[in-house]
Amino acid sequence: MIRGEHIVKSFDGRRVLDNISVAFDKGKTNLIIGRSGSGKTLLMKCLVGLVKPDSGEIWYDKTLFSKLDFKGLKTIRQEMGMIFQGGALLDSSTVEENIRLPLDLFTNRSEAEKQERVDFCLERVALRDANKLYPSELSGGMVKRVAIARAIVMNPKYLFCDEPNSGLDPITAGLIDELISEITHEYDITTIMNTHDMNSVMTIGEKIVFLHDGQKHWEGTRHDILNTTDPELKEFVSNIKKI
Amino acid sequence: MIRRFLALLGSYFVLMGKVFSRPEKARIYRHRMMVEMEAIGYNSIIITAIISIFMGAVVALQMSINLDEGFIPRSLIGYATRETMILEFSSTVVALILAGKVGSSIASEIGTMRITEQIDALELMGVNSASYLILPKIVSAVVFFPFLCILSILIGTVGGYLVSALTGVVLPGDFIEGLHLDFKPWSIIYALIKTAVFAFIITSVSSFYGYYAKGNSLEVARSSTSAVVASSISILLFNLILTQWLLI
Repeated sequence: MIRGEHIVKSFDGRRVLDNISVAFDKGKTNLIIGRSGSGKTLLMKCLVGLVKPDSGEIWYDKTLFSKLDFKGLKTIRQEMGMIFQGGALLDSSTVEENIRLPLDLFTNRSEAEKQERVDFCLERVALRDANKLYPSELSGGMVKRVAIARAIVMNPKYLFCDEPNSGLDPITAGLIDELISEITHEYDITTIMNTHDMNSVMTIGEKIVFLHDGQKHWEGTRHDILNTTDPELKEFVSNIKKI
Repeated sequence: MIRRFLALLGSYFVLMGKVFSRPEKARIYRHRMMVEMEAIGYNSIIITAIISIFMGAVVALQMSINLDEGFIPRSLIGYATRETMILEFSSTVVALILAGKVGSSIASEIGTMRITEQIDALELMGVNSASYLILPKIVSAVVFFPFLCILSILIGTVGGYLVSALTGVVLPGDFIEGLHLDFKPWSIIYALIKTAVFAFIITSVSSFYGYYAKGNSLEVARSSTSAVVASSISILLFNLILTQWLLI
């Protein structure tokens, strides 16, 4: 489980995250939803330690993540996987090199074992023969799938996905959603995913947190969301439905 | 302005602290060093050779004009060409040109990695991104650039010899006699030390500007320009300091 307590972050005197307390459950696909600029990505960056909150605490199970030193942070980060909005694959490395980098750096596995793990992860995301391709040779959907393969290569306990299906056609977006949900249940991962796609919400969202103007407005399940009384969430859902 | 400069200097030293912390796995770094050596060093051989041959030729011609007096031996053209190449051109001028070529390339490469979240991705994997990306570049340049300096001295001297022989401003025998005149091996060591320091400056300063780039492609371009300007000024400053320290 990952918990954030009273997280506050301001830029130039403007509160972008305003006293957010939230818990994300283990073995579930937890979604953070909200309009663009609502603070979803910033909250995720605070949760993974890329941005330091002005105040508040972040807990990974029983570890106070927000107070860890460099060594502690490094250890827990090896249990994390993250899928960035643009994929964030290393341009100068092939698909295979991208995926095996954490194995090379942090494990003592043999070359054959590493190769086997890379092939397994690529197979898991249905990209069998892409080993030697460079990121520039991949389509948007393939980039996201390689990013997923890289995120799961170290068997993470925590998976973060920042709008993983943005910029993809609805069918590919659906496939990526399904893949993330399957992986979450298969390996009992705590998954947190940012999205503003209601298809994702209704198909894979098990716990949903709605942010508006940097504040947490609502949390619940996908079954509750259509009956919400929160005016901002109602507007968000109805606008998406119209689109 | 002074406060801003000090803050910048502080950030640079903090980054260097991260760069020189213990690498994760030496084997991976060795592989990356070989890749960087090709990108930074090997790929700079042609430009260094072209610049050096013309520089050597021009120095020899200018010396022949300036020494156009009956009492001054023509062999001094060879001597002056050799000394100019060793003491200044092959280290400082070549470094200034490499600051443009290599420095801008490093700053834009790392800057693009920053704005496309590739550096964040490395950090998220638990990788010390500063060390992983920057250390191999610095080590490769510090190791390889002195070879470029030696190459530049040799090719520059050959350029001087060829232009002298082809234009007849000095007899080949006189030029070669000049090359042997009053040779001090310390000059070569001085040039190599300077080159190694300049290599460190070019790679570390350019990496610093790239690593802290933010925003969009325009910002990356701005970082790249700042990297070249800051590297060039630092090279000139350290050229003065090292000359005073090592030669005087």
